[in-house]
Amino acid sequence: MDITGRKLFVKALQEEGVTTIFGYPGGTVTDLFDELYKQDGIEVVLPRHEQGLIHEAEGYAKSTGKVGVCLVTSGPGATNIMTGLADAHYDSIPLVCFTGQVPLSLIGNDAFQEVDIVGMTRSITKYGVTVRRREDLGRIIKMAFYIASTGKPGPVLIDIPKDIQTASGPAEYPSSVQIRGYKPNETVHVGQLKKAYKLLRAAKRPLILAGGGINIAGANDKLLQLAEKMQIPVVTTIMGKGAIPTGNPLYIGNSGMHGKYAANMAVSKCDVLFSIGTRFNDRITGDLNEFAPKAKIVHIDVDTASISRNVVVDVPVVSDANLALEKLLEWAESKDTAEWQAQIAEWDKKNPLEMRRDHGMTPQMIFEHVNRTFGEAIYVTDVGQHQMWATQYLELDAWHQLITSGGLGTMGFGLPAAIGAKIGNPEKEVVCFSGDGGLQMNIQEMATAVVQGAPVIICLFNNYYLGMVRQMQQLFYGKRYEATCLRRRKNCPANCKGPNPACPPYTPDFIALAESYGAHGIRVEREEDIQAALDQARTYKDAPTIIEFMISTDEIVLPMVKSGNPMSEMILK
Amino acid sequence: MKNRWIALYVENQVGVLAKVSGLFSGKSYNLQSLTVGTTEDETVSRMTICVTSDDITFEQIKKQLNRMVEVIKVIDLTDVPLHMKEILFAKVLGINAAEKLEVFQIAQVFHVEVSDVGNDSVLLECKLTERRNNELIALLRSKFRRIEVVRGGAVAIESISTSCR
Repeated sequence: MDITGRKLFVKALQEEGVTTIFGYPGGTVTDLFDELYKQDGIEVVLPRHEQGLIHEAEGYAKSTGKVGVCLVTSGPGATNIMTGLADAHYDSIPLVCFTGQVPLSLIGNDAFQEVDIVGMTRSITKYGVTVRRREDLGRIIKMAFYIASTGKPGPVLIDIPKDIQTASGPAEYPSSVQIRGYKPNETVHVGQLKKAYKLLRAAKRPLILAGGGINIAGANDKLLQLAEKMQIPVVTTIMGKGAIPTGNPLYIGNSGMHGKYAANMAVSKCDVLFSIGTRFNDRITGDLNEFAPKAKIVHIDVDTASISRNVVVDVPVVSDANLALEKLLEWAESKDTAEWQAQIAEWDKKNPLEMRRDHGMTPQMIFEHVNRTFGEAIYVTDVGQHQMWATQYLELDAWHQLITSGGLGTMGFGLPAAIGAKIGNPEKEVVCFSGDGGLQMNIQEMATAVVQGAPVIICLFNNYYLGMVRQMQQLFYGKRYEATCLRRRKNCPANCKGPNPACPPYTPDFIALAESYGAHGIRVEREEDIQAALDQARTYKDAPTIIEFMISTDEIVLPMVKSGNPMSEMILK
Repeated sequence: MKNRWIALYVENQVGVLAKVSGLFSGKSYNLQSLTVGTTEDETVSRMTICVTSDDITFEQIKKQLNRMVEVIKVIDLTDVPLHMKEILFAKVLGINAAEKLEVFQIAQVFHVEVSDVGNDSVLLECKLTERRNNELIALLRSKFRRIEVVRGGAVAIESISTSCR
């Protein structure tokens, strides 16, 4: 018996085991929402803006390992999710996004709320398609979930014209799908891997560079075993942070633009760089000619196109991290790297990650209290200075996960992603770190958190500035603080060089703002009050809490490597 | 930097051409020509693509094409014996009787067909290799004041018996 497209849509979601979708209604998807109204297995989360919606789906997907599902209307509903699509594409987050579309007969007519969303998102989705025949709908949805969640995960967009939603067609939802152009790699080339192992075996100064692929594949335990067995020190990328527990003696820290001194020195001096699940982003390599100049490089990645793109490698291995590590563990023999480890420890002692402790409350102090406070928790960051501090100072292990926007660097990601993570993990504590710039980019999602009963704890680092850019202006642009001061008003002096007693007040008042949403607000200005604020926020189970930490404007993220410079040339003070 | 050839089997669907060509523009790859048409299987189209690139970029282009869901198969034709032809129309305009004669002679030497003719113009229909077409255009341009050229882009298929290009 035939059924309508809208009925098949809901049936497909049910068969995919979807329990939560993030949806914002509109003219071309009202049929689908009407169908969702008639069932109760799938909960619909209504955000306050589609950009918030898709970041919520990303946070949900990252924290649960499930596919995040979005449903938005055509036109502006669809264009508003584009930033999130790009973000998910960069950070390999599995999403299936349904967009409504005007009826087939109107496509191309510049109809009301018509945009060519598939065309617009071609380069920021793993796959995207407009459903043009009702009988294709089931197969396309099946394809979408399969493509989004396999290989290198990513976002898939399905554009469904309104008349396809109401047209009758086959009731079947396929249980599997064959795609002749899409065969995710499920094997590993043992010969290549052997070469990699031989290099590791012979290395005097081996180093593991772990990227986000380890966290995505859930290969953390295997990587830890390999590192410990062969005594290989580990550095991570931002996305790879947490690949092995940060407390492990073999863990050095993050490498890259704001990496730890010892980590960047280790990359610069190692003789074998064993990289896995990273794409050698420019933030990791700096000047390519000076990147790991003494090292033979092994590169394991599930995406063929990530290999030998930015860095020429000696041993490329196309494989899922789990598969490759499993095989390596079969061969792994213990080895002595004490001398190399001592050298790294010496670097670390020379320039540890440490902020001054003699001028009030610093970000480091806040993270130290956070590290002591939360048992099992999901940490989510926005983008900017606080994000870099979080990746420098947060302690991560199997009970503490970090979610952050790495590739695209999307301000406004933090709050909604934290809400999505909380919705997916109601039993865990979710802590969002954000700056005063980024938080305001999706502040409307406070309402979503309140109505969803998602008591996330928002640690807001307020320094009155768009700090990351201000830092560049301070160091490289002669302190010309153009368009980075959030207190600046029309009557401020043109050549302002920083905060002074005549500065106008900050707007908004985040505490009053939190309260107006029915959430909680706590302002913290001194180190002595950090712990009490965190403890108090943890008692609020009904609604989110903004803890506004008043941070000195002078606090900058160090070390820092100027964009394009070699990683060994770090600004340390 | 040199010219390289790719044969690409893709799904014969809406948007696939845009996706492939968008890859070249989005990633600043240097696309020389791209032709597309359906194959013996009408659900599959075959593209013949010529790019100018260095070795590393070319490897990356092939990988990027391969990871597209709509791409079924990527074949590197750069060093493969193959048959390659490009269709080209060249109109030579504003010529006198002597010049017309000269165009006819050129057509004979280049083995191209004279497919139309008027009082002061001749239309040549060429099915040559891309390089030979380039040479023909250069010659016509050097000899005549006004020419009008339309090119179809090269199509290529692997050889059966020959071992040269």
